[in-house]
Formats: sequence, structure tokens, C-alpha cells
Amino acid sequence: MSEIILAAPPPAWKRALAKARSNPTTAAGALICLIIIVSAVFAPWLAPYDPTEQDIMNRLQAPGGEFLLGTDQFGRDILSRLMWGGRISLTVSLGAIAAAMVIGGVIGMVSGYVGGRFDLFVMQVMDVLLSFPSLILGLIVVALLGPELVNLVVAIALTAIAPFARVARAPTMALKERAFVEAGRALGFSHVRILFGHILPNILSEVMVMGTLWLATAVRVEASLSFIGLGVKPPTPTWGGMTRDGFENILDAPWLAVFPGIAILLLVLGLNMVGDGLRDATDPKLRNE
Amino acid sequence: MSEASADRRAEGPRGLNPPPSAEPVLVVEGLRKHFVSRKGFPRARTVTVRAVEDISFRIHAGEAFGLVGESGCGKSTAARALLRLIEPDAGRVTWKGEDVLAARGAALKALRRRMQIVFQDPYSSLDPRQTIGAALVEPMRVHALAEGAEARRRAGALLEEVGLPPAALDRFPHEFSGGQRQRIGIARALTVEPELIVADEPVSALDVSVQAQVLLLLQELRRRRGLAFLFVSHDLSVVRWFCDRVAVMYLGRIVEEGPAGRVLANPLHPYAQMLRDASPVPDPSRRGILPRIIGEIPSASNPPPGCPFHPRCPQAMPVCAREVPRWTEAPGTSQGGVACHLHG
Repeated sequence: MSEIILAAPPPAWKRALAKARSNPTTAAGALICLIIIVSAVFAPWLAPYDPTEQDIMNRLQAPGGEFLLGTDQFGRDILSRLMWGGRISLTVSLGAIAAAMVIGGVIGMVSGYVGGRFDLFVMQVMDVLLSFPSLILGLIVVALLGPELVNLVVAIALTAIAPFARVARAPTMALKERAFVEAGRALGFSHVRILFGHILPNILSEVMVMGTLWLATAVRVEASLSFIGLGVKPPTPTWGGMTRDGFENILDAPWLAVFPGIAILLLVLGLNMVGDGLRDATDPKLRNE
Repeated sequence: MSEASADRRAEGPRGLNPPPSAEPVLVVEGLRKHFVSRKGFPRARTVTVRAVEDISFRIHAGEAFGLVGESGCGKSTAARALLRLIEPDAGRVTWKGEDVLAARGAALKALRRRMQIVFQDPYSSLDPRQTIGAALVEPMRVHALAEGAEARRRAGALLEEVGLPPAALDRFPHEFSGGQRQRIGIARALTVEPELIVADEPVSALDVSVQAQVLLLLQELRRRRGLAFLFVSHDLSVVRWFCDRVAVMYLGRIVEEGPAGRVLANPLHPYAQMLRDASPVPDPSRRGILPRIIGEIPSASNPPPGCPFHPRCPQAMPVCAREVPRWTEAPGTSQGGVACHLHG
């Protein structure tokens, strides 16, 4: 996909990015996301302790002091576990949204381009998918397939396919009526060439904005599944799993549940802020304000 | 060739009339396109819009053939149907004897190379995310005409031919004006070296001053490349200047056809006469009251029986409401014909 962006550097996209950057909310959101991403990606080098190493002598240490965010009931460092847990959250949500974006995007584009009964049928299938709350659908899939990282990605991707199909379909239907598509047909271009060479670059920014906003949802769903024990299995740290474990000691050691909760909140918030900023910047109706 | 083209230039726009014996390149017979849709709730009714009812004409090599009529008469639909941009319901279209409507796959692709289209709206006819260079090179690659540097060289040459600097190759469509975009659209049509160009209201969306430039460009290309044109327009003065032959359309049918000079100056069909009289004449001494055309063009979803024009025709007779008039040759040799009971 990055290849397409490079092949056609659209001025509209550049303008949108510049505008998004000048918006303080978007910039703050981007900063939050950046900090979380960097600390997750470089966790093996940045984390002060091994996230799974138990240290019974230092169990349930309060934040501050030697352990910045304290330790859990096995004496594991919370900060290190949060950094490593971020890797799971980001991997699962990025993987799921990337898959949903490609699959849903292609379904929506083809459906909108072909039109007619085919479009009607595909969109009704999408409506059925859409009618499941994403958590319920994720729950069913993980319960059926088992709590593996790959299955989490599949579960969350499945819930996000329908919205991406909708977002890709609408502009495709508008674009296919444009004369440049007719010109392509008259020039003997194949439908595949018209769809992926001419319609896709024109809907890409809309789909990307949607992707940013849905990343936040994916993070939330992953955390929820981990919270109810359907996430990646322990001892691998996950934010949702840490929140649940912390619940058992919520009165004695509230930081155990609070810090992973804050991490989830910050990432979801940051992604939403970036997504909103990008959406406003690419929305032609708001562009001149 | 150069001698011949010099002669043609001296004769002016209409001097390109090929000898009548020449075989036509494009033959359209009985072309029909109806749009069917279901409307209404809770009980849906089937509505059939008879955009193109029955159209026949032929275009010779290098000939400019005009298709005129009010908006909604089906002229653009006819142009798109014969190019297979929409699939016609019935009729026959042949290009140099080859069946256009039956062509599939590689045969259709080869035919598409021969016939190109220039659109009315220059703002939607170019992909906003594609540079001009990419838009011109892509068709050459698709038809394996040129690759890489050679394709780019050709694209630059085409831009020069339509009056734009080769530096435009790396620009995006939004950096150009409507007239410039129309030139780019023309250059794109030329990338595959067509023999016929369907020009669908090519200057209607442009300013008058720009209209003249684009028309001159089309005329110039026609001379230099020997292009045939199907020129769709509602503007009689443009058609009169550009075309050799003209067909007048009304509600999906051709009501009169013939040499542009004869049809636009001395039309036989009452509708063509009205069109002529409603078209402004740039002569103050002939200023007068514009004649009104009675009523509006009927809906193509509910066309009147018999001659489609009879509800508005000042000379309508009882027979006009009953029978579709036959095609009648106009007096004189190759003066075209008319579909009217007055001349039947």
C-alpha cells in the first residue's frame, strides 16, 4: 500500500498532513501514540526489568522508589510489563486493522464498482456482520479458535471488515460515474486496472483515516478480550490481563489495575485524537475553514 | 499527402467531404438503448426510459459527423452505446466491417484503440491523483505501443501537439484550467492513435474564447491526422462550422440527416426548422423575435405514439399521431433524408 502512496504523492494528502500537524489536539495525540509505540517497540532495550521474572522479595511494592510504577503480587515490575504489554496491544490491533483495511477495502470497492444485485448481496452480508457488537463477535471467534495471538488478530479483523467495506464502497460508487473512469474503459483498460490504478488512490486517504480511528477500537477490543481471559495467555503481559489481575488486589495495591488502565486509555485517546484530526483535515467540507 | 492536405486547408473546414463512393468506416444501424428501473413504494413500477429508440448513420474516413438535438434527446447515450461504454439493447455497429457489439476481449481492446472519446466535463475526465505524464503513458503501455523513455517522449510530443508545454507532464490535473484540461483529454485520446474521435459536447463546458481555441485545435488535428469525428453538440453554430454531415435527433430518433450546409440552412423537418430558427444569428439587421418552440420535450419514459414530435409540431396531421414516419430521401443527390409525413 505504501507503494501506491509513493507512486502518486497527492497534494491533497500533503495538505491534510500539514493541517493535521498544525492542530494542537492532533499533535498531542500523535505525541502520545509516538511515546507508547517507541516504548513498546524498544521494550527489550528500554524496559528496566524482565517482564516475566518473579521476585518474591519485592512483591506488591508501591510506585516510586526502585520500581517506578511498583510491582505485582509476583514481584514483577509494572513499568516493564506495561512496555512489553504494549507490544501485544499494538501488534494485535495493527495486524487486525491492516487485514480488515485490505479485505474490507477490496470488498467494498469491488462491490461498489460492480453494483447491482451483487452489491446488494455483499452489502447485506456486511450488514449482518455489522449488527454484531465487535466485542461479542470477537468473543465468539476467540472462544471457537482459542486464545492465540493470531486468533485475536482474526477476531478483531473480522469485526472491522464491514465498516471498511462501507467506507470504501461509497466513494467508489461516486468515482465510477466520473468521466476518467469512462475514459479508461474507452482506452481499453481492464476493470482491475481501473479499480486499483485509478479508484484506489482516490479513496485511500478516506480509508486510512478510518483505519486510524478503528485502531483505537481494536486496542479496546483486545484489552477487553484479555480482561475476560480470552487474550494472549499468561505469563505474557497484556494490558487487559494486567488490569484483571490487578483487580484481585485493588484495595491493597490499586496501582496494579490503574496503570494498565491508564495505558489503555492513553493509547485509545491518542489514536482517536490523531484520527479525528486526520478526518477533519481530509474532509473537503471542512478544508477551507 | 502534403499536397492533398494543402488543398484541403484551402477549402476550409467542410472541404474534407470524401467521395460518396468511399466505404464508411463506422456504420450504425438500428441502435437502441432503453434504461429500465423500478421506482415507487410500496408497489414498484417498472419505468423504461427510451433514451435511444432507433438510430442509424454512417461515418466515412476523415468525415466530421454532427449529432445535434436538445438535451435529453439521447445523443450522448447513442455516442456511449456505440463505443460500448454502455451496452446497447439492439442494433448493429460495425467498424470497417467488424462487428463492434459482438467483440470481446482482445478484439474489443483492438477496436477501442480505433475509436476514442473526448468528454464534456474537463474537470471529471482526468484522474486527480495521476500526473499528466502518467495519464498519457498508461494507454501506450496498455496497448504495448511504447514503453519507458520512448513513451514519455511521445507523451511530450502529444502535449506539444495540443498546445501545452512538455513540462506539464509532471503536473497534476488540478494545476490546469478547464481549457487546458480539455487539451490534455484530447492528447490522451490521441495516445492510442485512433481513427475516429467521439467528441461529446467537447466545448460546452468552456468559456466562449476557450471554445474557439479548442475547436480550432480539433479542426487542426482532424486535418493533420485525417481523423473522423462524431461530434455531439446542442450548439448549431459550432456544428455548422465543424461538421460535414449532420443528424438531428429528437427523443431517441434521428429525424433528419444530411450535409451540414443543407440541414442547418434549409431543413425539411419541422423540428429541425425550429432548431434553426431558435439558434441566434450574429447579424443585427436580422434581429427579430425568436420563434418559440411550443411545449417541452416529452419524457423519454413516456414518448408520444407515432411521430415523436407531433405534440409540438405546428404542421401536425392526424396521421402523425398514429404512424412513425418512414425515412424519405431528400431531393437531390446525397442530400440526406428526413423522417416526416410532410415529405413522405
